[in-house]
Parts: sequence; C-alpha cells; structure tokens
Amino acid sequence: MPQRLQIDASMPMSIKRFLLLGQPGLSTDAAQAALQRVGASQLSDANLAELSGGEMQRVLLARAASRKPQLLVLDEPTQGVDVGGQSEVYQLIAALRDELGCGVLLVSHDLHLVMAATDKVLCINQHICCEGHPEQVSRDPAYLELFGDKVAPYTHQHNHAHSLSGDVVDEHGCNHSGHHSHNHSNNHPDKQDERK
Amino acid sequence: MVQFSELLHSQFLWYALAAGLLVALVSGPLGCFAVWRRMAYFGDTLAHSALLGVTLGFVLQIMPTLAVGATCCALAVLLVYLQRRQKLSVDTLLGILSHSMLALGIVTVSLFKIKVDLLSLLLGDLLAVSGRDLVLMLAAAALIAALLYFLWEKLLAFTLHEELAAVEGVPVEKTRLALMLMLALLIAIAMKVVGVLLITALLIIPAAAARKLANTPERMAVLASTIGCIAVLLGLLASILWDTPAGPSIVLAAGMIFLACQFRTA
Repeated sequence: MPQRLQIDASMPMSIKRFLLLGQPGLSTDAAQAALQRVGASQLSDANLAELSGGEMQRVLLARAASRKPQLLVLDEPTQGVDVGGQSEVYQLIAALRDELGCGVLLVSHDLHLVMAATDKVLCINQHICCEGHPEQVSRDPAYLELFGDKVAPYTHQHNHAHSLSGDVVDEHGCNHSGHHSHNHSNNHPDKQDERK
Repeated sequence: MVQFSELLHSQFLWYALAAGLLVALVSGPLGCFAVWRRMAYFGDTLAHSALLGVTLGFVLQIMPTLAVGATCCALAVLLVYLQRRQKLSVDTLLGILSHSMLALGIVTVSLFKIKVDLLSLLLGDLLAVSGRDLVLMLAAAALIAALLYFLWEKLLAFTLHEELAAVEGVPVEKTRLALMLMLALLIAIAMKVVGVLLITALLIIPAAAARKLANTPERMAVLASTIGCIAVLLGLLASILWDTPAGPSIVLAAGMIFLACQFRTA
C-alpha cells in the first residue's frame, strides 16, 4: 500500500473497477465485501480521483486485503488522514491482520499511535538506531482497548546522536519520552514496526 | 459547388476517409493514455522527428511512412532509456530531443538537397493517400489495436500507479516501452492524415472531449475513438464543401466537438 495515490482527474475509474484491476479472479461481490469490510461500501461507484485522504486509505486497504496477502506492507497508511480517522485506520489494520492472519510491515513517523500496537520496532535514520519490543504496556490488551482516544507514552533510549548530515556523532544518549525531543536534527526518524 | 455524386466515385476520397477513420480509431484509446499520463508533449516530440524520418526515407530509398515509423520508434526507445538514466525532468528531456530532432531533420534536408513538401508534412495530405499507404496504415493500426487489447489491464494499472503496478507483478518498463512504441507507430501513420503540427491535437482533443461523457476508462477510450471518427467525417466534409485543407479541418471539427462537450454539466 503506497503512501498516497495521486490520480489524475482525467481518468474515470470507479472504486469497484479499481479493486478489480489486475485481479481478474476477484468477483464483483468479493470486491464489494472487501469495501464493506473497511467501511467504504458506499464508495464503490465513486470516482477514484475524488476520494478524500481517509477514504483513499480505506480503499487501498480493501484492495490489499482482497488479495489475501501473507504480508501487508504499509507506507505511512495515515497520510492525509485526520487524527480521529487515524486511530480508525490503525484499528482496521489490526482487525485485518487478525482476519487474514498476515504479517504487517508498517513505516510511520507517528511515534505514539503506532507504538501502541506493534510487536517489534525498528527505529531507522540511515541505519537501525534501535530495535526491539515497545514497552510491555503497549501489548497489554487492556491498553489496546484504550488505544484510540489516548496517546501512547513510550520511552526508548539511544546511545548516540546524529549530526545534520545524519552521521552518528557521539555517544550521548538521546531519549524521547512523551514529548518529541530527539537529536536526529532535521532528519525525521522513520519508524518501522512489525506486527505478527 | 462540387458535384457530390461525382466525388463519391472518386477513389482518393474513399482512401482519405478510410485512412482518417483508421487513425481516429486507434488514436482514441492511445489519446486517453496520453491524457491520463500527461504525455501531450511526448507526442509532440515524436512528431518533431518526422522530418528527419522523411529525409532518411528519401536517402535510403524507403517509403516515408516506414522511415518515419522507424525514426519515431528509435526516438521512443531512446527516450525510455534516457528517462531512466537522467536526473533531468521529463519535459526538459523532451524539449532537448524534440528540437534537436527537428534541427537535425532540417539540416539533413539541406545537406542532401531534398525537395520536401513542407506544407503537406506539417499539415497532412489526406487526399493524397495511396493504396500502398493505406495497407501500411492498416497493418500499423491493427498492431496497435492488438497490443492495446492484450495489454489493456496492464496499461491501466501502470498508468494509475507505477509502484503499485510493479508490486502486483506488472512489468512496468516493458509496459512503458510498449506504450511509447504504440504512440510512435500512431504518429507515423497519423502524419499523413493531419500532419506533424496537428498530430498531438488528434491525440488529445477527442480523449479530452470524451472525459466529460465517460465513467469508465473503457467507455472513455471508445468515446474518444467515436469522437475522432466524427471529427474526421466532418473535417473531410468541410474540406470538400469549402475546399479547406483536410487535416486542419479535422482538428478544427474535433476542437468544436470538445467545446460542445464542455457545455454538458458534469
């Protein structure tokens, strides 16, 4: 699933047709069911170029899920989605993962929301800065239920810092707990999270 | 006033009509891709190399349509190659190639002291289409139509989102090359109909006009072909009635259809 899909408005393409594109084995009903699953069934006749950010992400998820993948690769799935919609998208991803029994590889800059529901985190800035489980609490089912209206505070420690060019400069630890202080200067840290 | 009954028996008119319709039919779907992928300038660049093609055809003693087709195809391959290697944006690349090709064409014309009918090259010479031309055009159009038919889904996926298409197993580079070669072939056969200057118009205008009336890619392609055919008919008719040049009349007719389509509220 790409970060975003910029469609030229000159292309008339309905959502249903988009789901079926390149997938001749998929029936219209299955496509409709996939849309239903992500709560976008009312969009099936809408034009692909006219979707909002959140709608587009749902449709892309439906398209990916309809292929019954073993691994869902998501590149910033909440791009262009408002805060309320973001947690819905994340919940949808978690639900789809359970239904499809697939792995999820997710790239995100969104530290708090994502950390709440991941099994393994790779913090990447040119190289892997740190990796491992997010805090125990983020895997607590009770916590997962809360996820959506609360931001997940989490802590992880770095034993090095980056210069402007992204090179590792010294051994001073950096930590981002709660707020976003981070020594990666102008480079945003990419978070890659794996769920099983 | 020209005698219609007399005209109906003249071979050149039927040849012209057949050639025009043939080109309009295939330029419909290809024009859609040109519109969707914003390739208008690409068509223009290929067309600019037509003069070079004509000269090469003269020097090597082969049919102009064949020579232009070969030149356009070579340029299309070169473009695909350069696009992958260069850091320059596509429009810069196209600008460089387009005008270099035109300059090279003009220079070779003067070097070999060839007498080229520039006006018919620029504006087309539909009423001078010969039987041999027609056979060649038919072959090229059939090839394009077959490729379009078999590659349709791949072309659509590729046009929508290249990375997504690549992930889903579409051979992106081959598809790109196929699309460019189809455009190159079309330009070679459309040159005779509307001329180098107006080829892009025949490609873009029917597709753009069809956009307002279509809600699926397939319908847009078919409508673009239909609109193109109507434009050819109207243009030829105008050309006979008022003795206007056929190519520009066709483009003008297409332009007016486009305008009429805009009044339809979406």
